[in-house]
Amino acid sequence: MNIPRRQFDTLIIGAGGGGLRAALQLSQADAHVAVVSKVFPTRSHTVAAQGGVNAALANVRPDNWHWHMFDTVKGSDYLGDQDAIEYMCRAAPKAVYELEHFGVPFSRLDNGTIYQRQFGGQSMNFGGEQAARTCAAADRTGHAILQSLYQQNIRAKTHFFDEYFAVDLLHNQEGSILGALVLNIATGEKLVIEAKTSLLATGGAGQIFRTNTNALINTGDGMAMALRAGIPLQDMEFFQFHPTGIAGKGMLVSEGARGEGGYLINNEGERFMERYAPNARDLASRDVVSRAIVTEIRKGRGCGPNKDHVLLKLDHLDAAVIRKRLPAIRDLVLTFANVDLCDKPAPVFPTAHYTMGGIPTNRFGEVVAPIEHGPEERIPGLYAVGECACVSVHGGNRLGGNSLLDIIVFGRAAGNQIIEYLGENHYHQPLEDACLAPALQRLAHWEQTGDGESVDALRKELTATMESHCGVFRTEEVLSEGVEKILALQKRLPDVRLRDHSKVFNTARIEALELENLMDVAVATMMSAQQRQESRGAHSRIDFPERDDVNWLRHSLYHKASNSVDYKPVRMKPITVETFPPKPRTY
Amino acid sequence: MKFSIYRFDPEHDQSPTMQVFELDDDLLDSEMMLLDALLLLKAQDETLSFRRSCGEGVCGSDGMNVNGRNALACITPLFSLKAPVVINPMPGLPVIRDLIVDMEQFYKQYRSVRPYLINKDPEPEVEHLQSPADRDRLDGLYECILCGCCSTACPSFWWNPDKFLGPAALLQSWRFLADSRDQATDERLANLDGPFKLFRCHTIMNCVEVCPKGLNPTQAIGHIKELMVKRSI
Repeated sequence: MNIPRRQFDTLIIGAGGGGLRAALQLSQADAHVAVVSKVFPTRSHTVAAQGGVNAALANVRPDNWHWHMFDTVKGSDYLGDQDAIEYMCRAAPKAVYELEHFGVPFSRLDNGTIYQRQFGGQSMNFGGEQAARTCAAADRTGHAILQSLYQQNIRAKTHFFDEYFAVDLLHNQEGSILGALVLNIATGEKLVIEAKTSLLATGGAGQIFRTNTNALINTGDGMAMALRAGIPLQDMEFFQFHPTGIAGKGMLVSEGARGEGGYLINNEGERFMERYAPNARDLASRDVVSRAIVTEIRKGRGCGPNKDHVLLKLDHLDAAVIRKRLPAIRDLVLTFANVDLCDKPAPVFPTAHYTMGGIPTNRFGEVVAPIEHGPEERIPGLYAVGECACVSVHGGNRLGGNSLLDIIVFGRAAGNQIIEYLGENHYHQPLEDACLAPALQRLAHWEQTGDGESVDALRKELTATMESHCGVFRTEEVLSEGVEKILALQKRLPDVRLRDHSKVFNTARIEALELENLMDVAVATMMSAQQRQESRGAHSRIDFPERDDVNWLRHSLYHKASNSVDYKPVRMKPITVETFPPKPRTY
Repeated sequence: MKFSIYRFDPEHDQSPTMQVFELDDDLLDSEMMLLDALLLLKAQDETLSFRRSCGEGVCGSDGMNVNGRNALACITPLFSLKAPVVINPMPGLPVIRDLIVDMEQFYKQYRSVRPYLINKDPEPEVEHLQSPADRDRLDGLYECILCGCCSTACPSFWWNPDKFLGPAALLQSWRFLADSRDQATDERLANLDGPFKLFRCHTIMNCVEVCPKGLNPTQAIGHIKELMVKRSI
């Protein structure tokens, strides 16, 4: 076979914050690293993160990592793994200081330290007063972090394959991951990247929903690659709906807007969150606020002629605060809703935002799956971090400010773990041509000519189905119908045809490959949601309104081959501290 | 609504052409952005090629030349545009296909200014301190999204793309020169010395005119020149 090959110590797929943080750790340790990204690195979706990154620096109010841990466990609705959460919260301050040393232009307090703002679900003293834990660079924190990480990788001479699309992981008979088949988008040429270790850092899958806050590139590529390699996806039913997407459009308005003093009102002008979360009010967890908004609208208290949204009010704040702390959000709302937040409230609605579930890993970023010996056996050579992974620090519901933290802490941890592995494994395992067959077959499918449904038409049906059948509130009836519909859509996929078979920068081909990925992830999400008969975190069942710790305090694992869901226990035992046992969750 | 769009596929076309597209009015609504229209056109003809990602003006993927002016399609309101909307790739860079240009030269210039913080002190255990006033000096600099709208609107860049660094790279250079934490001022200025890299800026200010983020590279270039002069006396 005459497909060119390149060899690296580590292949990183995805150049968002998670991939770049890991790449930096590795490049600085003199590992030979290839970063493959379907877009130029600074265009990765980390760029869109607004509000900030959580770390108990205590720059504004007293704080410590243990309080942060409590909030994260509670926020996860007790589905998060407490060892991973302890690790993340303990590592947070150092990880943020490192970012500052890398050059991130954090906003500053008068004493010169990093500015921290209030965010949802944060408390002092294990559920006490509101904390201020979110380190911010105005409202462009993701942009600032992504650029600084890319810049440091330039300095460290990381090798980038920009605008290369990863088609599939390559593995041998024994299940060791040996690299990936990638496609040079500009030329259409295939390339085999052989690597001793491969790290998936491909981000989330918000594009399975019609209206979402995500970039068009967030198509769950790494998750689907894992599924096709026989690895299950964990907790996919937990999809976060962000309370404040711009109504009808989906662009994100950061929780920082409420952290700086904004609040939500219904058509009576009532600050309704006071009824749903008497203490935290508008800064309750995102799942709580999203449900409250949908409930208000269902009760006829929505705003606008169709009573189909609520309003986010900031105009009571000093305009100077809005300009200083939320400049990009003000611009965004002005551009897309034609509203100046300094003068008027903005129409908002809960919008698909974040994939809590993903590729199961341990807290070292190693991918783990049930193979022969228990539910958490390592997949040799494979790692995953960030939104595509499920480590699981977010459990049933992620706290705002914990996603940027997740990527930098576990990007770093995975980098270190890989360095250790490389120290003991000096040689590439042989990669037979036969390992390429499934990936090549996948590409060959799209070379077929003739009549068939278009990629665009099927994708639209897919995203509409997810939106109508897997939303904020769910029932058995709607989910069962959803499963039926989505499986029917999946059956139509083999008959979809491309019209454009050209080689040079064929974006239609990329969208076709992305559609396959979206389909796999959507099926995993719908199936997992239909199976879980309780309400926990972002997964709200009207027919099972209570959390059920006796039967459901466990992680779901969706397997593609059998199209079925099984379960594994939650890691309730932290590393050094006492377990936070499940308690009723009120804000 | 009518569109006239630059088409070129090197596999099939000898030379570029302008293709006329039309979108039914009932597909359009008054709040649409140009990117929405392009996505509708791509649904009709999947060979139409352009980059896009975030759809909200923060990733910098969809820079293109619209009715003669560089802009991001995703934050350009469709009905602010005079029809037929004439769309070309950003000028001054080689075209790969349709509206997709090869940005390597642009990225090379960016990398050449050493766009990363250089601080030679032993690393503190906590953050470097920076006063709010010092931090404020980075506003209007760090927000650059590397879309390329500015550099590809700059005549000096068109004439000397291999020698003049262009507004985007120079804005980044000043972003680090202006950072109170950075300690490589001399090296950075030495790196910009000579008649071309910096001094080919003739303050035409196209960059300021087109920047979708409202940044001012010309001013940043002015600051660098001032600093150079100050250092030399």
